[in-house]
Amino acid sequence: MKLEMSGIWKSFGPVQVLKNMQLQVLPGEIHALVGENGAGKSTLMKILGGVIQKDSGEIRIDDKPVEINKVRDAEKLGIAIIHQELSVIPDMTISENIFLGNELRTSLGLIDEKSMNQRVTEVLSKLGLEVNPKERCRKLGVGQLQLVEIAKALIHRAQLIVMDEPTSALTDHEIDRLFGIIRSLKQEGVSFVYISHRLEELFAICDRLTVLRDGEYIGTADVKDLSFNQVISMMVGREIGDRFPKKTNHPGETILEVQHLSRSGKFDNITFNLRKGEILGIAGLMGAGRTELVRALFGAEPADSGEIKLKGKVVTIGSPKEAMNLGFGLVTEDRKLEGLFLDFKLDFNIMAANFESLSSHGILHKQKITPYVQSLIQSLRVKTSSIYETAKNLSGGNQQKVVVAKWLGRKPEILILDEPTRGVDVGAKREIYEIMNDLASKGVSIIMVSSELPEIVGMSDRVLVLRLGHQAGILESDITQENIMSLATGV
Amino acid sequence: MKRIELKIPQQYSSLIGLLLLGVLLSVLSPSFLSLSNLMNVLNQVSLNGLVAIGMTFVILSGGIDLSVGSVLALSGAVLAALLKSGVPDVLAMLIALVLGTVMGLLNGAFISRFNLQPFIVSMAFMTMFRGATFVFTQGRPITGLGDVGLFVASGRGDVFGVPWSGIILLIGFVATAFVLNRTVFGKGIYAIGGNAEAARLSGLPVKRLRASVYAISGFFAALASIILTSRLDSAQPLAGQGYELDAIAAVVLGGTSLSGGRGYMVGTIIGAFIIGILNNGLNLLEVSSFYQQIVKGAVILLAVLLDRRK
Repeated sequence: MKLEMSGIWKSFGPVQVLKNMQLQVLPGEIHALVGENGAGKSTLMKILGGVIQKDSGEIRIDDKPVEINKVRDAEKLGIAIIHQELSVIPDMTISENIFLGNELRTSLGLIDEKSMNQRVTEVLSKLGLEVNPKERCRKLGVGQLQLVEIAKALIHRAQLIVMDEPTSALTDHEIDRLFGIIRSLKQEGVSFVYISHRLEELFAICDRLTVLRDGEYIGTADVKDLSFNQVISMMVGREIGDRFPKKTNHPGETILEVQHLSRSGKFDNITFNLRKGEILGIAGLMGAGRTELVRALFGAEPADSGEIKLKGKVVTIGSPKEAMNLGFGLVTEDRKLEGLFLDFKLDFNIMAANFESLSSHGILHKQKITPYVQSLIQSLRVKTSSIYETAKNLSGGNQQKVVVAKWLGRKPEILILDEPTRGVDVGAKREIYEIMNDLASKGVSIIMVSSELPEIVGMSDRVLVLRLGHQAGILESDITQENIMSLATGV
Repeated sequence: MKRIELKIPQQYSSLIGLLLLGVLLSVLSPSFLSLSNLMNVLNQVSLNGLVAIGMTFVILSGGIDLSVGSVLALSGAVLAALLKSGVPDVLAMLIALVLGTVMGLLNGAFISRFNLQPFIVSMAFMTMFRGATFVFTQGRPITGLGDVGLFVASGRGDVFGVPWSGIILLIGFVATAFVLNRTVFGKGIYAIGGNAEAARLSGLPVKRLRASVYAISGFFAALASIILTSRLDSAQPLAGQGYELDAIAAVVLGGTSLSGGRGYMVGTIIGAFIIGILNNGLNLLEVSSFYQQIVKGAVILLAVLLDRRK
């Protein structure tokens, strides 16, 4: 399918979110749509999908102007949108989900489960997914669900598939398989719009890319003509210099010793140590046990066996509270579900881990709270109109800084960051790296779990690599993406 | 570029509703504004108000407590039996309060320890406590409690014309508003209602907090039972039926979110007064009690409609 969107304008109230936007996707092309959070990517895709309506502009499909006023219109035109948060109903079966609202019927008008299951089996096996179409979606992993969404698009004969951050929860193996499927569909003439924060992926799979910034069209180019830094500077509108700041920390004596730590079914016999002012990266594929390991250190789901020594003394960590009293802090993997009180104001979010120092006998000192929150917000440069802003109104990067601020207020000795830059745009990523470097050079020890290898390589002093719950190795020098991957995959 | 916010802050929108209702009724019925009627309203509101105070803690934490009416009945029955057998009134009232708190704690223990749905657990206890009340009273009212000092005052006495029940409500309100706004415990309740997992990972004692809100709810139901038993000079096995719904209505009218984490104690008190004044006004206007129910339901519907967030 050939898609042309041109002169698209859209405003929400007084805010102009799309200004004379354009996008052209050729038949059988994989087209990347890139831009920082708030650049207008999702608004443009919502217009294409019929979720919202444009104020003005033109959409042409195969050179014919079309009107897309509702989701049904887009579906009829062969456009399928696969959202980042997958939209399956967990307790319905795969084929029920795929045919939801478009159920096949028997001559009596009843739902024709047999034909539905048959169709789904065909398409799924084409995608290399061997599961029973009568399986409930609850039982599938994220990677499998992604394929179910693609199957849905194929069954509805989609000729243009929009994928929004499809790989954010996939393992490398699943990503490879997904890319294989995308390439083979491309051979059949299906076009893709591919949205991802992971620029490496765009270079791996996309033909051309279109850059948006602040609701404006910046440009379109062949991916092979561009360098990584060119794309970034198009996105942010300025040169941001190196992707990672220069390291300034000097690791000192050992502060934490972890020995033979295990949690049944999650990770087994992990031994490592952490030095004062060090950034220890933890790498591994999805399901390697990275998050489970750091959550055990923090007492969120404690370890079953093994020993943790803090400054030479054996400690037991049975709950987050105990970990906090020992000087730990944890910035969780999913800040919206586990880190923030999204509907609450920033002041509450920031003081939530530190009520004891802001109160006596259980009564809060109101006059202490404001300066406490203010100083943290300023030192981390959180962009907000006031400390009474609601957390959900902040951008991803600023939300992440709020979670970090919550822990910095406690002056932690060991700060654990699980995927610190997930869903954070390029400019804010760099700021978070600077904060980490700054903390480490002030003597805070940092454990960073990350799925982004460049981040692990760029930030870590040493790297602990896990594979399937086991310790694959610790890299002290020669920290390269290749070395990490070979430990993580065992090849 | 800053837009002028025309939205009225939530805690004031219910206050405006209350004032409008007051103005309307004082125009429609001359006796509405009389001192004796207002004190009567205060007396009427105090029962629902106290139960609703406890309910506010539960709803803020993200839960619901359907057992309050039965807790009220059982602690009232025990109180009446103790008084009848000659136990000093202060001691009997204390025992009733402790009993109510323990009943609430039972709810809370099951909900937090086993991670069960508050709706179902409190419904089960609602049924069990009601049954226990029937067993305890053998299905008959307990009467002839005798005129004993403080107990009598709680439901029937007044200070310079202000009923003791109203004063108890005021004290309960001030104390709980302080707890919610100014203490670590209160913030913890908002936190578990807003995001229990984030609260746990911020080091808050989530299970203990969750159990405690039901204990508080039980305590306030028992406090209401003292006033009701005193006012009726008897304990009725069917006392408190439907009180849970009036209390939930007061909390919701006051702008507290049923999904937890958002709301104010002052809103609950205003909500209780809206319901109380509405009942009182409709009585003064001699509206049939059949129609009263329709009006009450419509007001609740209207309130949540106006309070709808984008």
